[in-house]
Amino acid sequence: MFYREAGQFKTDYAADQQIFPILQDRLFVLAVIAVAFLAVPALASPYLYTEILIPFLILSLAAIGLNILVGYCGQVSLGTGGFMAVGAYAAYNLWLRVPELNNLIVVFLFGGLMAAAVGILFGIPSLRIKGFYLAVATLASQFFLDWMFARVKWLTNYTPSGSVAVGHLEVFGWHIDTPADRYLLILGIVVVATVVAKNLVRGHIGRSWMAIRDMDIAAEIIGFRPLRTKLTAFAVSSFFIGVAGAMWGFLRLGSWEPLAFDINRSFQILFMVIIGGLGSLLGSFLGAAFIVLVPIVLNQLPGWLGVRMSTALLSHLEFMMFGAMIVFFLIVEPHGLARLWSVAKEKLRLWPFPH
Amino acid sequence: MRLRTAALLGAAIAAAGLTVAATAQAQNEQFIPGLIYRTGAYAPNGIPFANGVADYYALVNERDGGINGVKIVYEECDTGYATDRGVECYERLKNKGPTGAAYVNPLSTGITFALTEKAPVDKIPVISMGYGRSESRDGSVFQWNFPLLGTYWSAADIIMQHIGLKEGGFDKLKGKKIVLVYHDSPYGKEPIALLEQRAKMHGFTFTPMPVTHPGVEQKATWLQIRQNRPDYVLLWGWGIMNSTSIKEAAAVGFPREKLFGVWWSGAEPDVRPAEGGAKGYHAAMLQHGSGQFGVHADLKKYLYDKGKGAAKWDETGEVLYNRGLVNAMLGVEAIRKAQTKFGNKPLTGEQVRWGIENLDLSAARLKELGFEGMLQPLKVTCSDHEGTRAGRIQQWDGAKWVVVSDWYQSDDKVIKPMVDAAAKKYAEEKKLPVRDCSKEG
Repeated sequence: MFYREAGQFKTDYAADQQIFPILQDRLFVLAVIAVAFLAVPALASPYLYTEILIPFLILSLAAIGLNILVGYCGQVSLGTGGFMAVGAYAAYNLWLRVPELNNLIVVFLFGGLMAAAVGILFGIPSLRIKGFYLAVATLASQFFLDWMFARVKWLTNYTPSGSVAVGHLEVFGWHIDTPADRYLLILGIVVVATVVAKNLVRGHIGRSWMAIRDMDIAAEIIGFRPLRTKLTAFAVSSFFIGVAGAMWGFLRLGSWEPLAFDINRSFQILFMVIIGGLGSLLGSFLGAAFIVLVPIVLNQLPGWLGVRMSTALLSHLEFMMFGAMIVFFLIVEPHGLARLWSVAKEKLRLWPFPH
Repeated sequence: MRLRTAALLGAAIAAAGLTVAATAQAQNEQFIPGLIYRTGAYAPNGIPFANGVADYYALVNERDGGINGVKIVYEECDTGYATDRGVECYERLKNKGPTGAAYVNPLSTGITFALTEKAPVDKIPVISMGYGRSESRDGSVFQWNFPLLGTYWSAADIIMQHIGLKEGGFDKLKGKKIVLVYHDSPYGKEPIALLEQRAKMHGFTFTPMPVTHPGVEQKATWLQIRQNRPDYVLLWGWGIMNSTSIKEAAAVGFPREKLFGVWWSGAEPDVRPAEGGAKGYHAAMLQHGSGQFGVHADLKKYLYDKGKGAAKWDETGEVLYNRGLVNAMLGVEAIRKAQTKFGNKPLTGEQVRWGIENLDLSAARLKELGFEGMLQPLKVTCSDHEGTRAGRIQQWDGAKWVVVSDWYQSDDKVIKPMVDAAAKKYAEEKKLPVRDCSKEG
C-alpha cells in the first residue's frame, strides 16, 4: 500500500540510474540522515554517544571496508585489525610530528592512505592464493603488524608503556571536545564514505570486483585484469579500514595500545560482515549494529527487568546468548540481516496483499 | 484473544511496576562503581579481589551504618580486563547515584590509561592502587590519578634492593644477568624504564622478554631462559600468565628461589596450580601479605556469621582478598576525609578527590580500622599521590606465604628524577596546565 512505485515515472537516464529510484526509499534515507544529524544531538545522552553511536558508526565504516574486500571482491581477509592499527598509528605519527597539521580530516586521510599502501602490500599474495589460504596469509599480516607496533618504538614515540595518547583535536578550527562533537564529525565522515563506497560498487570498479568474486578465471578471460582488480579492492578496502582505525584511536579511545587492534578486532569485523550480509553496504551497518549493541543490551537487560544476578553469571549468560543469537540468525537467513531486510521490503511492496 | 489481552495487560502492569520501582530511590547514598572481572583469563586473580572490595563496603554498611550515616551503594560491572569494556562500564556507571561515582578503581593498567584521559573531563578520581602509570605519582600533572601505596617503579626498585642485599651490595651485581618476563601490555612494560636505569647504574645485563596476552604461550620464553641461565628472573604477569610462568620455570628447572614476582604476581591462585613446583618462589608485597588481621574479626562478626559474605570464609585471608579490603578501605577513608570538609552527605567526585589528596592514615587510625600489620602509615599530598612507597618480599613455602625480608623503601634518588621527567613530558605532549603544589593546601 505504501511502498508502490505506481505513478513514479523516470524521464531521463540519470533519474533511472539513481541510487534510490523509489521515492519512498529516498524519503526514508533522507529522514534517517536528518534524524541522525539533527534529532540525535538534541536528545542523546553522553553514554549513548560514547558507547553506542560512536562505536557503531566507526565499526560500520570498517565493516564497509571489509565488505568491499570480502563481500564484493571475494578475498577473505583476517587482517582488518592490523590495517586499523596502521591507520591509527600513521595518523598518530602525523598528528604528533607535524603539529601544524592538527586537522583531523588531513590526519585521517593520511592514516587511510598509509593503510591502503600496507593493504596493497599484503594483498599481493591474493594473486596466487584464494579462499581460506588467503585468510591465513592475511592472518600473517595481522600478527606482523601487531608485532611491529609493539616492538618498533619509534612508532609509539618511545613511550615506556607502549601506549599512545592524543588530545586537543580540531578540524578546520572547530575544536572537538564533547562527545556530541565527536559524534557529528564521525557521522559526517561515515556518510561521505558510504556515498563514495556505494558509487564505487555500482560503477565499473565494483563490477570488476564482483566479476572476480563470482568467477575469476572467466573474468580474466573477458578482460578484467586480476592484478589491478584485486589490488584495488585491497587498496580501497584498507583505506576505509585505515580511516576507521584512525577514528577508533583518536575519537573513540583517546589513548590506545596495540592490543586495541588485535586478532579479536579482526574477527569482530569479519563477523559483522558475515552476519550483516556479504556484498551489501546496508549489511555492514546492520552487522555492526548487531555486534556492537547486542552484548551491551544483554549485559543490561537483567538490570532493566529487575533481575539480580552475580556479574560473573551475567557475563557468562551474555556470551551464551550472543552466540545463540548468531547461530539463530545464520540458520534463519544465511545471507545475513541485509537479506532479511530486502525480503521484508519485497513483502512490503505487496502489503497488505499476500501475493 | 483473551490470552493475548491478558498477556498485554500483564506486561503493562509489569512495566508500570518497574518504572515506579525505579523512581523510588534513596537520596542519602554514596554511589561507588566497581570495575572488576569475574570472568575471562584474569578471573582467578580478579575474583578474590572483587570479593574483598564487596565485603568491605558491606562491612562499612553493616557495622558502621555507612560513612557517617551515608550508606554505600556499590555496583559491579564485569570488564574482563578488556579496555573497551572497561570504558563502557565506566561510562555506564559514572553518573549513577545522587552525586555520581565517588571514584573508580579500574584494576587494570590498560583501563587506567584510557580513563586517565576521561577523568579530568568527568571529574572522577582514578585510584590505581599498586598499578597504573608510574609517573602519575606526580599530582601536579596528574591531578586525578592516585597510584596509592606504590607504582611499578617502586615495585621494581624494592625487588632490586632485595636482590642487591642478597648479593651483598649493589656493586656485586656487576656482570650478572637479570631477565624480566613481562605481560606484553602497558602493565608489563612499566618497570622496564627503571630496570634499565638500574642496569646502567650497577652494570648488570638486563633482558626484557615479553609474553603475549593472555600469557599461556611461554615455552619459547623459558627455553631461552634455560639457554641464557640468568641469575635472576623477575615476573610481571597477571591472571593465568603467573601460574603458567611458575610451571614453566619448574619444567625447565630454573630455581624458583631466583624467581621474583611483582605484587600482582604473588598470590595463591598463581602458586597453587604449580603445586610443589612453586616452592621457594618470591614475590613483592604491596605492603600487606596474607593472613587474618583485626578487620577479619569484624568481617566474621558482621558478615560471615550472618551469611552475607561474598567469598567462602577460608578464602578471606588470601593475598588478593586482603588487597581488595585495603583498596576499599582507602576509598572509604578518603570519602570520610572529604566529608570533614564538605559535610556528611553524598559527595561528588571532585570533593572525593580532595579527600584522597589529603588522606593521612596514622598507625593509630590503621589499628582502629583493623589494618595494623597490613599497612604502614600513609600520607598523600599534592606532589605525592603515592602516599608511601614501602614494601617487603614474601616467599611461598609450599603451603603459605612467609615474609622473608624487612621493610624496603623505594629509592627516590633514582625514581624521583624519572617521575619528574616523565610527568613533564606528558604535560607537554598533552598541553596540560601544571599545578603549583607549594601554593595549594
